[in-house]
Amino acid sequence: MPNGGVKERQFIRFTRLQRILHICMIVSFMSLALTGLTLKFSYTKWAAVLSHLLGGFESAGYIHRSAAVVMFGVFFTHLVDLYQLKKREYGSWRALLLGPSSMLPTRRDFAEFVATLKWFVGQGERPAYGRWTYWEKFDYFAVFWGIAVIGSTGLTLWFPVFFTRFLPGRFLNVATIIHSDEALLATGFIFTVHFFNTHLRPEKFPMDITVFTGRMPLEELERDKPKEYEALVASGKLEERMEEAYPAIVTRTIRAFAWGALAVGFSIVLWIIYAMLFAYR
Amino acid sequence: MGQLEIDMAEIKIVRRAWRAGLRIIGVPLLAIILSVLFSEPGRAAEPTTDQPGAECLACHGDKSMSTTRAGKTVSLYVDGKKFATSVHGSFGCTGCHADLEGKDLPHDTPLAPVKCGTCHASEQEQHARSLHGKAIARGDPLAPHCVNCHGNHDIYPVKDPRSAVTPMKVPFVCGQCHREGTPVSRNRTIAQDNILENYSESIHGEALLKKGLSVAPTCATCHTPHLILPHTDPASSINRRNIAATCTKCHSQIETVHRKIIRGALWEKQANVLPACVDCHQPHKIRNVFYTQGMADADCLHCHADEKLRRARDGQSMYVNLGEVSHSRHTKVACSQCHSEVNASRVRPCETLTRGVDCTSCHEEVGRQYISSTHGQLNGKNDPNAPTCKECHGTHAVLGKLDPQSPSFPTNVPGLCARCHREGQKAAVRYTGRQHEIIANYTESIHGNGLLKAGLTVTATCTSCHTAHRVLPRTDPESTVNPANVPAMCGRCHHGIEEQFENSIHAKRISGSAKELPVCNDCHTAHAIRRTDEDGFRLEIMDKCGRCHAEIAKTYFDTYHGKVSRLGYTKTAKCYDCHGAHDVLAVTDPRSHLSRANVAATCQKCHAGATRRFAGYLTHATHHDPQKYPFLFYTFWGMTALLLGTCVIGGLHTLLWLPRAFQMRQELRAAEEKAAAELGKSVDKEDPDG
Repeated sequence: MPNGGVKERQFIRFTRLQRILHICMIVSFMSLALTGLTLKFSYTKWAAVLSHLLGGFESAGYIHRSAAVVMFGVFFTHLVDLYQLKKREYGSWRALLLGPSSMLPTRRDFAEFVATLKWFVGQGERPAYGRWTYWEKFDYFAVFWGIAVIGSTGLTLWFPVFFTRFLPGRFLNVATIIHSDEALLATGFIFTVHFFNTHLRPEKFPMDITVFTGRMPLEELERDKPKEYEALVASGKLEERMEEAYPAIVTRTIRAFAWGALAVGFSIVLWIIYAMLFAYR
Repeated sequence: MGQLEIDMAEIKIVRRAWRAGLRIIGVPLLAIILSVLFSEPGRAAEPTTDQPGAECLACHGDKSMSTTRAGKTVSLYVDGKKFATSVHGSFGCTGCHADLEGKDLPHDTPLAPVKCGTCHASEQEQHARSLHGKAIARGDPLAPHCVNCHGNHDIYPVKDPRSAVTPMKVPFVCGQCHREGTPVSRNRTIAQDNILENYSESIHGEALLKKGLSVAPTCATCHTPHLILPHTDPASSINRRNIAATCTKCHSQIETVHRKIIRGALWEKQANVLPACVDCHQPHKIRNVFYTQGMADADCLHCHADEKLRRARDGQSMYVNLGEVSHSRHTKVACSQCHSEVNASRVRPCETLTRGVDCTSCHEEVGRQYISSTHGQLNGKNDPNAPTCKECHGTHAVLGKLDPQSPSFPTNVPGLCARCHREGQKAAVRYTGRQHEIIANYTESIHGNGLLKAGLTVTATCTSCHTAHRVLPRTDPESTVNPANVPAMCGRCHHGIEEQFENSIHAKRISGSAKELPVCNDCHTAHAIRRTDEDGFRLEIMDKCGRCHAEIAKTYFDTYHGKVSRLGYTKTAKCYDCHGAHDVLAVTDPRSHLSRANVAATCQKCHAGATRRFAGYLTHATHHDPQKYPFLFYTFWGMTALLLGTCVIGGLHTLLWLPRAFQMRQELRAAEEKAAAELGKSVDKEDPDG
């Protein structure tokens, strides 16, 4: 690793707002998961302990709804940010949504997915990914899906008297199942697949903290996103995106936070497994 | 003042006598008129045709005929009609006035006294032996002759209301002499006083004079009509030896009724040992019971006041603290009334005692209850652990249950029962049922708190539920704590609740179910009854209801209310918040809290603004039942499939990735080391000292 007197310059992958939104999302998602799962797995001793730790079911419910508000806030802030990004850098929705940096799944993503599977089984080279890989796009849209499904059912359960003015009462029962099972899917997926795919891949051990610092070493960009790197080099805009690395104290703090989040996430996964396999009723 | 009272009493008697007299005279008069009007002409004419005393009546029929004896004017009028209808009417005047037989009329005066004994020999003989007869023999001018009681020319059969000695009149006949103020009562020694007054207020006098029972005993029933003897005479019908026989002439089965007090057989044989009837039921005053002190307490205390007095057999103190008795409930009860076998004629009256005190001789009803109770049954089997009266009530110092010092005062009852029923004590160790820590639980319970902490003496204590004397196990159908009797028992205080309960689906009358239905203690427990607004009760109720409603209780825990409850919070709806507590009814019942008409209001108790549609929320829904809740079942499995599918694809993708990831890691490490080595070489060239 190059070090010494000259400060290392790193590639900027995420804006400050994006990084803040991700942290807000972590906090709100963890809160939602912890408070929600105490109800879902109320039959475990764990849940009762946690519920009391959170200050009782009323307090837990308050935390849950506050976190949901934060989550909605994150979601809409991101939509506003996208709009401004379009205005600032792309000019039109078309350019934003169909350009090489689009989050929308494309035919090339499908080709990369197939090529990746081949690479997994030793039938080809690792594909040259662009700015967003297909699994990153999957995670991104999973949030949209989650917000829509969990958010809407959650609002129904939050305001049952209002919603039963035009929905049958038993829809609340259906909403409960959808809300809790979709939440289980979200927690289960994020705390395992997302953690591994994005943060804990062996080659990135101990952890990829790009989403917290917003920076990644240039060689990593060159290795992981060769298409983007080449495009930036060709357009000569690479130098614009380079920034000084954070000092070690900052990265250490970030790592501590990230490890904390990971620990909570893994604990929840273990709790879910225990509740589903050993205490289920 | 005293004189006035006596006068008033006399006036009362005279008035009463007057009223009785009216009745006595009025009825026979009517009878005579009727008999004259309707009887056969032959019989009605008999006195006039025969006219046995017609010659006599020629003079004696004159109402103004009189003579002077010892300075007093005496009427010599004879009512011919009365005489003709009297029992002696057919004998004519000379039948009794035998010295007139064959004499010319008008005859010399005076005639010889009539000798009733000529015909009534046995009566005459008895009378002669009686104290009346003896008084006549002594020449006592106050002594009664036949005529004083029976009259002379107007003698009728005893059963004839016109008779002077018909039962109704007997008290007044005797009362002529034996009432206050008469020469007899003032000048002759008669042990009893106020005889007529006492009799007229006694149960016997009441029966005769107020209720008109002609079979009620009169003076003559006990004292006999003619052989009236003082009670000291062994031949007297009222002697102690004979009084039982006299009373049993009417009270023939009294010994079976009185077996608590007197053993019938002994009563007849040893009348001197046992109390005679009159010892309790005072002569003439006889009310229901009146106990006299057959023996003075002083006689007992002669020995038992000695603090050092000990029983020879076992050295037990026999000292009696009179102070205890005089402050007790039994302050007016004499020693001998409880220690009833004492014999006052012995030097040591108590040497005739054969058994302990039997409280049931007075407390008979309580005694019957006790005998049927578990305590009494054990005692009947001579169980050494069985409590008797004194274990709870004490002995000489016995106090009423209203006295705060009494062990049976409400606040002392739990402690009293605890002596045996506290865990580890003699009753608790032999108990095999389900109730444990009874006393500890009770003390902590709402009843125990009310009684012992708040000092509310009306709070339920042991005896409120189990009764004081008729304590029976719950398995006994007679027991107050038998499930069938529990609602009524609790309802004695919680009446409003009982009413609701008896109209609920849990009442047999309403449900008509053959199954065992819950009663109060199935939800509230027996001894550990808590406030229903306390967390413990609110959280345990689901398990209580769930003992019978297993499936519905289980599915309750699948919904929000249940899940929050499971976490240990009480603020969500529990069974009775929706179904009602004591007034629970089938949801199909229009009066149910969950009927179509009522359900929205029930939800609104917590969810302000809830509508009928809101109430469509399934509070007992489960996604495990495809028949009952297909939409929940398929939603759940659809969501589960999505979850499993996503996780399997994601997981497989990751697992396949792992080998390559490790491979990349190794390649990266190698490249790094290589780069570091090259860097090291170049650094070495620049700076050999390193």
